[in-house]
Amino acid sequence: MKQVSGIVRPKGWARTLQRVLLFAVLGLFCVYYLVPLFVMVSTSLKSLAEIREGTLLAPPRAINTEAWAKAWRSACVGVRCNGLQPYFVNSVLMVVPAVLISTFLGALNGYALTKWRVRGADTIFALMLFGAFIPFQVILLPMARTLGELGLAGTIPGLVFVHTIYGLAFTTLFFRNFFIGVSNGIVQAAQIDGAGFFGIFFRIVLPMSIPAIVVTVIWQFTQIWNDFLFGIAFTVGESNPVTVALNNVVNTSTGVKEYNVDMAAAIIAALPTLAVYVVAGAWFVRGLSAGAVKG
Amino acid sequence: MAGITLKGVRKNFGATEEIKGIDLEITEGEFVVLVGPSGCGKSTLLNLIAGLETISTGEIRIGDRRVNDIPPRDRDIAMVIQSYALYPTKTVRDNITFGMETRRVPKAAQAAALAEFAGLLQIDHLLDRKPGQLSGGQRQRVAMGRALVRKPEVFLFDEPLSNLDAKLRIEMRTEIKKLHRRLGKTVVYVTHDQIEAMTLASRIAVMDEGQIRQFADPATVYEDPVDLFVAGFMGSPPMNMLGGYLVRDGGMAVLCGEGATQIRFPLPNRIAGRVAGSEGRAVVLGLRPETIFAAGTELPGPDRFVFERPVVVDEPTGPDTMIVFEIGGQDLIARVRPKDARPGGSTFRFEVEMDRAKLFDAKTGQRL
Repeated sequence: MKQVSGIVRPKGWARTLQRVLLFAVLGLFCVYYLVPLFVMVSTSLKSLAEIREGTLLAPPRAINTEAWAKAWRSACVGVRCNGLQPYFVNSVLMVVPAVLISTFLGALNGYALTKWRVRGADTIFALMLFGAFIPFQVILLPMARTLGELGLAGTIPGLVFVHTIYGLAFTTLFFRNFFIGVSNGIVQAAQIDGAGFFGIFFRIVLPMSIPAIVVTVIWQFTQIWNDFLFGIAFTVGESNPVTVALNNVVNTSTGVKEYNVDMAAAIIAALPTLAVYVVAGAWFVRGLSAGAVKG
Repeated sequence: MAGITLKGVRKNFGATEEIKGIDLEITEGEFVVLVGPSGCGKSTLLNLIAGLETISTGEIRIGDRRVNDIPPRDRDIAMVIQSYALYPTKTVRDNITFGMETRRVPKAAQAAALAEFAGLLQIDHLLDRKPGQLSGGQRQRVAMGRALVRKPEVFLFDEPLSNLDAKLRIEMRTEIKKLHRRLGKTVVYVTHDQIEAMTLASRIAVMDEGQIRQFADPATVYEDPVDLFVAGFMGSPPMNMLGGYLVRDGGMAVLCGEGATQIRFPLPNRIAGRVAGSEGRAVVLGLRPETIFAAGTELPGPDRFVFERPVVVDEPTGPDTMIVFEIGGQDLIARVRPKDARPGGSTFRFEVEMDRAKLFDAKTGQRL
């Protein structure tokens, strides 16, 4: 990274005032962003009684994790009262294969489209890119029918299938743009060294593309985990992903509205994407700095 | 051992013809340099030999095998390219052995070959590093190692020294020549640098616009160029090209410049005989800078011609000084010993070796 701390800056009271204003505005934005998160976390840790008596912004008087336990194990989703746990598992079973398959196929597509220049590669790519702009509501009915024909209707593998197909447009785009920056000379050298299409892909090109893989995984994981539309359209009851279950938890009314349980459930549903940012983000930085992608 | 034969090789990219019919016979163990300006098709021709591009028509043979339809991996070639194209995620060791790995060479043989060439190229202390941790010269050596280690019959080099600084380039040039002497394998080497071509080649193919203008040993290409293009491309500083007309003046001569500053360069008999009777023809007189020097500073020889012109500027290079002067509005360069040089403005007596002058037809550019 370019070193900027040594650059000579103007001094004086006008300059100082400018800095103060700048940081005041930035601070305001930070508060604006963080308050909802704070409210969620603090509310999830309060008892119902405390929520009724206190104000929204007050921190919890005593840490109470009952709401979390209930959200996880015994909150009622519709008529079943097993908490979010089984649906969370559904989401994991859906998101892991869908992310892996769509990322892998995207890498393969990007590699083939840039390094092997099949006839009509640009047209194929343009068509795939078009897939990224299709509003998903449009394909709900035909896809429901397709899943029915395939015998995958209402199942998790069906959902994996849908997410893989519609993830391909993005993953291909990411990898194509990455591979376009990889020197063709490396592929030619590997060809002369005797490696074939898949040999070059697995042994040369894929190890070079860690940064692209990480970006794609973060993107795909977030998209697929947070998806609600496909989840509610193509799964039923027991096979619902966590996002759909969360909606049902919040909408299931049994007398008192349990805000603390709703908040805990929402945080639980959002945690995995946060975790992916933290873990993969570290890899991303490592991939960039160790990259030295120039041969 | 294998030579390379090209017969009527053509390559089209869409409607444009990049290689326009090339015949080339490279004998085994030869060091052939393809040289030419950028866009002349020299790299494309090399890629055709490597099999990285498919030829449109014609035939390529390596040894006695027709390789038109044989993929690069099976052509028994190795290639070093300008960007080196090292595998960034592999260590130097794995970079070098990758080619043997894909060919399932036994580990012991791999280790032996690696040790041999790592020692030869002085990169044995770098084997565990990644390409990103190497300097330009070290990367160059690793790329050479990757090519050498499989002991192929033919080596292809695509501007391998262009990314190095001037000093390192000269060092590696010598290294490459030594390696060629030692291994005796056929080499095809592409460069746009005519000095690299002169120093390395056993024969030079000068290319322009997808064709070979001249294919000969370095001395012939330099002293006996077939046309204006070859004459102008080889040599640094370039050959002086002086436009003029043939006149009869006792013997044949070339009349250059206009009015009071006109100069008549008498042609030696050898050239005069070839153009006898074509007075008035427009020609170009080619004089290499080193054939023009301060009058009386060299041992007398045949067909010397002395004239006087004012110096425009002088450019010392260390061993020689370039004197720029003017004839008929055209700048010429003379290469003189530093102690003979005079500053701009002074009048200078030049002596030119007309024996080494070249005469070209002004219209066709062909040598006369």
